[in-house]
Amino acid sequence: MNLEALASCLSTSACAVTQVSTALIIGMLLFMVASGLSLIFGVLGVINFAHGAFYMVGAYFAYAAYQATESFAVAFLAGALGVGLIGILFERFIMSRVYGKDVLMQLLVCYAAILIFDDLVKIIAGPEYKMMGMPEAFALPPLEFGGGFVPAYYVFMILASLAIGIGLWLAIEKTRLGKIVRALAINPPMVSALGINTTMLYAGVFGVGSLLAGIAGALAAPTRTLTPGMGLSILIESFIVTVIGGMGSIVGALIAALLIGFTRAFGAIGFPLFVDGLMFAMMALVLILKPSGLLGREPAR
Amino acid sequence: MSEIKSGIGRRTFIGGAVAGAAVTGFPHIAGAQAKVIKVGMPTILSGRVAILGTSSIPGVQVAFNAINAAGGIDGRKLELVTRDSKGRPDEAAKVTRDLINNDGCEIILDGEASSGSFAVHEVIRDLGVLCLHTNSESSTLTADPKQKVKTAFRCARQGIHDAVAGGSYAAKIAKEKGLKKWMTISPDYAYGRDNTAEFIQYAKVFEPSIEVVDQLWPKLFAPDYTESITKTMQVKPQAVYSALWGGDLVAFIEQSNLYRVFQNTAFFSGGLGDPPILTAIKNLPQGLNTAYRYNKKFPDNPGNEQFNDEYVKLVKHEPTNWGWQNFVAANFVIEALKRTAGKTDGAALASEVSGMQLKTPLGVGGTITMRDTDHTIINYPVAWGKTVSKAPWVVDYVDTEWSKILEIEQQWKKEKGWA
Repeated sequence: MNLEALASCLSTSACAVTQVSTALIIGMLLFMVASGLSLIFGVLGVINFAHGAFYMVGAYFAYAAYQATESFAVAFLAGALGVGLIGILFERFIMSRVYGKDVLMQLLVCYAAILIFDDLVKIIAGPEYKMMGMPEAFALPPLEFGGGFVPAYYVFMILASLAIGIGLWLAIEKTRLGKIVRALAINPPMVSALGINTTMLYAGVFGVGSLLAGIAGALAAPTRTLTPGMGLSILIESFIVTVIGGMGSIVGALIAALLIGFTRAFGAIGFPLFVDGLMFAMMALVLILKPSGLLGREPAR
Repeated sequence: MSEIKSGIGRRTFIGGAVAGAAVTGFPHIAGAQAKVIKVGMPTILSGRVAILGTSSIPGVQVAFNAINAAGGIDGRKLELVTRDSKGRPDEAAKVTRDLINNDGCEIILDGEASSGSFAVHEVIRDLGVLCLHTNSESSTLTADPKQKVKTAFRCARQGIHDAVAGGSYAAKIAKEKGLKKWMTISPDYAYGRDNTAEFIQYAKVFEPSIEVVDQLWPKLFAPDYTESITKTMQVKPQAVYSALWGGDLVAFIEQSNLYRVFQNTAFFSGGLGDPPILTAIKNLPQGLNTAYRYNKKFPDNPGNEQFNDEYVKLVKHEPTNWGWQNFVAANFVIEALKRTAGKTDGAALASEVSGMQLKTPLGVGGTITMRDTDHTIINYPVAWGKTVSKAPWVVDYVDTEWSKILEIEQQWKKEKGWA
């Protein structure tokens, strides 16, 4: 524990800016993954344990597209849309068959999907790690803010994630389609009785949730090594985020993801040996004091 | 309802018992002059460190292809049989037994990482075939006399040798450039912590002014190192040592590049020198210090280049550290088989391997010696060099005198009570 170093960092603008940006880098990527997980749970009522595998597939799609075209825009779209499509197919042909079933059955189906996706990646791309590399447009010196430094790509990543998050929130809260989706989460038979095709809606929501995982994978690809099974670690952190933020709450996911980001960024300075411990302690505390999460819906009585 | 006859005939019983024993119990008894000499390799072929196994196999194949093309050992060809342990020590022990008992392997090239190698070592103690550990860098495996197995050897670099060579090199650079304020960033598991402690220990022995101001321990296989990198920027060390390796090291360097960390900080790495890692990094910074892992220009001789070319024909990348170690191990086996005229008895082969001075293009001065006292190799390259942004990726190798390494190793053994 080095609280002196933490206090010193917070009192210096260079250190504070760099560490705040670190928190945003970690938090916003985590938010992209966790928001998809949360959206799917909030509307469909299933926990997509295969969400981490979708993040991995998004990263590999982006890598493959970048290798073929050297265009980051194409890579980004390939990661996002490719995984969105896979999400729709996965929902239609697999997940829809276990709706309403025991959570253990859903877990087994998702676990099987994880193993299948991992093996497919291994067969197609090989078991060795891959590195996409930084696109030319972002290969710039880090930007300076108040004496602290933030790499240009991370500025883009933070802003892109924030824009997508705001867009998602607006779509759910302020549009007619969003209203229908919210109604679907609460009373599917009533939505169906109004003549709305709920089957299509379920598939669409699952696709959007998956697309968010794909976006996270594509955003991570230029800075992280790609390996089969890379989705597992981010899935665990995403679960911590959704539990803290509240299953089904996009804003809750954002707050919790940033909380994790700040814990890791400033924990590295002040309490490096207890960063993971604090993350899990926060989760345990939320489970004890508010089991539905910070902004989660209380179960209907 | 017809009655089921429950008795088992005597012949059926004896036949079944013999077959069962052959499958499960007794070591496979090869014909005195079986046409093929099978060599088994338990290794890791799946998961995040699959490159350990996938780059070890072609090293052996280059050597076996050469001897087989030349007619084999008295007309008998060598065949490599591989099994995936998935990185689990219990599985490594199981597949090693299977290779010997069921697959008819008469020699083992153990391509496991350290944890698996200790398990394989005990199987070899039990079954007595010749075994060369080809990837374990853990000094204890051969330095601790309690571990000694008559037919087991290590043909791989060793932690203590690397620590002395790395410490000596780092101290020299530190002295030249006045690098006193050091930091370490290594994976948080046994190898990462031990390797870092040994490097720093010997760097301080050679240059006492070195001071370690902070140590970071990111998790093994962590995907993101941003908080470690930004912490480094706050601490502002003059030099950083890292025991990160494989894909973790690639991610760390790429992420550090975004912050231009290496413009003001000297970097020392034990694991950067593998060609697949150097080529995976899209923007390899110049001037990073790395231990020799493999380089087709070092040792600079035609035999090494030929090995590199033959290896590249088999896989799509240049050899790794594990690639050359397995190539040399396979050549120790071939030479021993030549000397025993193809006899695969473990004790006979072991007496040939023990103390053998193998002529190889990978050795310092063209020779690598299998030391008879502790069954481990010496006189292999322990150089350090600096990165450049294009092939051959690492240049200006500086070798450490083996006499110096052996002297300090002896002191280290005495301190441990092993000499």
